[in-house]
Amino acid sequence: MMIKDVIPGFELYRPKTVAEAVALLGQHKKDAWKLAGGNDSLSWFKDRIKRPKAVVDLTGIAELKGVRENAGGLEIGALTTLTDIENNAAVRKSFRLLAEAAGQVASPQIRNTGTLGGNINQDARCWYYRSGLPCYRAGGTTCFADTPEGQNREHAIFDANRCVAVTPSDMAAALVVLDAQMVIRGPGGERVVKAEDYFIGPRIDITKMTQVKEDELLVAVRIPATFAGAQFHFEKVTDRKSWDFALVNVAAAVKVDAGGTVQDARIACGGVACTPKRFVAAEGAIKGKKVDAALAKLAGDSTGRGARPLNYNHFKIPLMANLVMRAVRDAKA
Amino acid sequence: MTYNLIGKNFIPADMVAKVTGAAKYANDFQMDGMLYAKMMLSPMPHARVRSIDTSAAMKMKGVVAIITPDDVPQFPPPADPILYREPTFAGAPILAVAAESEEIAAAAIEAIKVDFEQLKHVIDPLDSLYPGGPDAFSGGNVANVRLPLQTVKWTAQDFQGFDQGKMPMGKPAETWAYGNLDDGFKKAKVVIERSFYTSSTSHHSMETRSNMAYWQNGKCYVFGSMQSQSIVMPSLARWLGVKPGDVILISEFCGGGFGSKGSGYCELAMAGHLSKKANGRPVMLRMSREEEYLIGKKRAGFQGWVKAGFAENGRMVALDLYCVQDNGPNMGFWDFRNCGHSIQIVFQPEAMRFRGMSVLTNTPPGGPQRGPGENQTAMMIEPIVDEAARQLGIDRVEIRRLNAPDNDGFDGYDAKAKLTSAYLKDALVKGAKIFNWEEKKKLSGTRKGNKVVGVGVGSAFHAAGSNGFDGLIRITPDGKLHVHQGVGNLGTFSWASTARAAAEVLGYNWDNVEVVRGRTDRHLPWMIGQFGSNTAYTATRSNYVAAMDAKQKLLEIAAQMLGGEASGYDLKGERVVSKSDPSKSISFADAAKKAIELGGKYSGKELPGDINPMTKASASALSGSGLMGVAKDTLAKRGMVPGLCTGFCMIELDTETGEFEIAEYLGVADCGTVMHPDGLQSQMHGGAVMGFGMATTERIVYDHALGLPANVQFDQSKPPTYMDIPKVFNWAAAEGPDRDNPFGIKGIGEPIQGASAAALINAISDALGGHYFHRTPVVRDMIVNALAKRQQSYRPLQASTM
Repeated sequence: MMIKDVIPGFELYRPKTVAEAVALLGQHKKDAWKLAGGNDSLSWFKDRIKRPKAVVDLTGIAELKGVRENAGGLEIGALTTLTDIENNAAVRKSFRLLAEAAGQVASPQIRNTGTLGGNINQDARCWYYRSGLPCYRAGGTTCFADTPEGQNREHAIFDANRCVAVTPSDMAAALVVLDAQMVIRGPGGERVVKAEDYFIGPRIDITKMTQVKEDELLVAVRIPATFAGAQFHFEKVTDRKSWDFALVNVAAAVKVDAGGTVQDARIACGGVACTPKRFVAAEGAIKGKKVDAALAKLAGDSTGRGARPLNYNHFKIPLMANLVMRAVRDAKA
Repeated sequence: MTYNLIGKNFIPADMVAKVTGAAKYANDFQMDGMLYAKMMLSPMPHARVRSIDTSAAMKMKGVVAIITPDDVPQFPPPADPILYREPTFAGAPILAVAAESEEIAAAAIEAIKVDFEQLKHVIDPLDSLYPGGPDAFSGGNVANVRLPLQTVKWTAQDFQGFDQGKMPMGKPAETWAYGNLDDGFKKAKVVIERSFYTSSTSHHSMETRSNMAYWQNGKCYVFGSMQSQSIVMPSLARWLGVKPGDVILISEFCGGGFGSKGSGYCELAMAGHLSKKANGRPVMLRMSREEEYLIGKKRAGFQGWVKAGFAENGRMVALDLYCVQDNGPNMGFWDFRNCGHSIQIVFQPEAMRFRGMSVLTNTPPGGPQRGPGENQTAMMIEPIVDEAARQLGIDRVEIRRLNAPDNDGFDGYDAKAKLTSAYLKDALVKGAKIFNWEEKKKLSGTRKGNKVVGVGVGSAFHAAGSNGFDGLIRITPDGKLHVHQGVGNLGTFSWASTARAAAEVLGYNWDNVEVVRGRTDRHLPWMIGQFGSNTAYTATRSNYVAAMDAKQKLLEIAAQMLGGEASGYDLKGERVVSKSDPSKSISFADAAKKAIELGGKYSGKELPGDINPMTKASASALSGSGLMGVAKDTLAKRGMVPGLCTGFCMIELDTETGEFEIAEYLGVADCGTVMHPDGLQSQMHGGAVMGFGMATTERIVYDHALGLPANVQFDQSKPPTYMDIPKVFNWAAAEGPDRDNPFGIKGIGEPIQGASAAALINAISDALGGHYFHRTPVVRDMIVNALAKRQQSYRPLQASTM
């Protein structure tokens, strides 16, 4: 609060290849910062809260951009903009869920510069954390949001562990639902992890939102063919219709056979836990069944188990239940 | 009545600059040798600065000047301090640094050591009124304009039942009443008694209050963002510590103010003080978005109680009101008074009592925001009128029409004063017709899948006209008319449209008129600013009297040059023409030359005795340059000028997510004669959108324990976006002329917002089958909880919370 809105100086690096970028990250380690569209980074810099010495601008790396078809699925470069994902023909044809999620992120201006990698790797949006308070996530010894006076309407109802911040990403929930494979490159080469494991909660590491290490880079996201052409539902409830993080969002992929029976389903919500929250019970409840209003309601009602709302966010329980209900209700043969 | 210019559309001269980016706002100015400034803001909600050590910062290369509270004029509390010795909110400016670059200034701030003694803070006004509760300021906890700083604590008895939602009502700071309340409530068929809360809100001005200043020959040139280049000048001089003649304000464009840049703000002097310390070098103080949220003023929230009695026919026969204002830490603004005033005007209760309180809190300083008090009140009282209508089985438009003022309405706030005009009844009737209320209301509660329709209507008021200001115009020897305007330029185009009043009187072709404005060294008169819905009414009067003065002088000069009496001449086609012999005429250009030759009153060498010193100085500087029209507005004004608006709204609300679409909105203005249809349309649209935000998304939120604000960016504070506007968005005007404006014009800017906010809140309640919140904004989670029949998360009457 004392002084904000002036970016402190740093060295700017503009690598042309992933190898160069990884080398720079390895060289600068904790002092390095990965810069994509800048929508998250620049606010941290302006607020003088995060002060990297070496900013590695990834936007000049051609191989990180674009959507490629891959064995019935897709591979999307981490630096592909959200606008490009929203408008991509292959995405729209087989994995419309991604296009819909991308199209609901923030505002057109932000989607034009914002990237897939930036969106899913963005830091927690907890206002206490963002205002520079020394909370657990910032390396301190308390959580300011989870107190008797904490203003925590937008915070977690699941899986709190000292920190009650939620995943702010719309793309993250969609990727978990599509069983995306996250391609990470580091000094030791490439490794691939499932989206569900990629996002980590405070139980695993309270200072991070993903399992990408400081000298590693997310280079691409692979969407397997599993849910190509399935019934998709993405929905995001916000306070206003643009430029707003989800209070709760829902992503669902449901495979329904010609007879109307659910063959496979994955459903997840953002905005309710630190990571996209999958609802295995709801998925199980509808598999092998024909969708009707009662089944949809059952799926929705099953989501609230284990929810532990804070002082101001119990509304997320009925909202989440309704969104999951709608996602199921919408799945038609 | 038809006019040549009034009521006609035109393209204001600055339009192209605004849409192309050529317009220079305060932050756009660059000067050779310019320094850059940053402020140090208080990290604590309430503290005392024990000491400031700037030694390390002053040694840094590139640091040129540092100002602390010792370097700026001090004003008796509760006036806003320029720099705070006792910071009373998180974000209060403590000091400022000017350096060769912003980066150096920021680094210097981090090198300055300030020793703070943290003091107890308070965010909720009722916590401060509680026995033993903290004071937001060491000097007291209650203050406002014309309400001296004092300490007030209520008793435990006053707070009995508070936890169950009962509004505590101890001794008020102010009260007024008329009529017999007890008799009124006895007469009432329906009595509705409610506690209520309306949130504080930020102004969201797109242009932050950046300012740049330098000193030259003992005068300070200030480049800033202001809603006036006239009415602010005495205050700006005081903040700078100079004589009014020694400060020049340059403010050609104002990127939004919404009241927060109306009569001035002391941070406007910050760059000037830094520049003074830097030997007059230009200093740019760029205010960031977060700083704008912190120090850019706020609309005061209300905690209150209302008891309204309605007769069987729907007439509001008794109204008892208690309003506690969350004033921020300083002088603030008198929203709480307007709470009582607005109900009185809009519903004309037969008997009424107002009790009010203005409490200091460690939140952003209060200031007027579009309909300050009136618009919060519209969101509070209009749902109560709906409840009464439902209980009485009366149509919701009809109950409003019955209670609305007409030209015989009265202003109960001011000892039963008269209204200059009121056509709210007409606006309701006209609106109901255009909106097709009779058909639309049948849709209320109808469902399409998971969507349910709600319709609502609501009205609002703001006093919309003042008088006693000056007009100053000149006709130069080239025949052109120069209208000197000090009203500011925040986007309403009233700087241009009110200038047309002078051109109308003199029969000028608008192409031959130059509006002289934007910087005070262009010699501007003492005029109202662009605020308080006042400009249209007030500045047209000022320009009218100046034009009438010029007209008389033109006629006299023609009589002198061509013979006969002045009354034997008339104005036509920019000439003074003999009524009896139209071949006898002189051009305005020749009359202007003659005026210079004659001198005296004709060219401004002699000036009226009753004009303001600022007008006198400007007129003196311009004297001898043409025929001068200059006068103080002493026209008759029978009472208060009510600007009124009513709104009709239809929404489709999703019963599963609490989201809604505004399917249709219609605002109907009672603004007297329409002065500028395009300008009115942009007000009717913009004001309504601002109302939707105030009603459903915008609020100031604090962590009460920490005293820190949650919403300090656009994305956190959530004003509506283009995607939130109604699908069908209409406006109309009642168009009855005001009786005391020469053209029948009244102001309208503010009630537009209150009407749309109230109509939307009522539409939401209607969609929910008559569920009333008595708390605004009605945010998504409140609707979700209401739909799910869950308890709301906030504590009863809790202020500044999610």
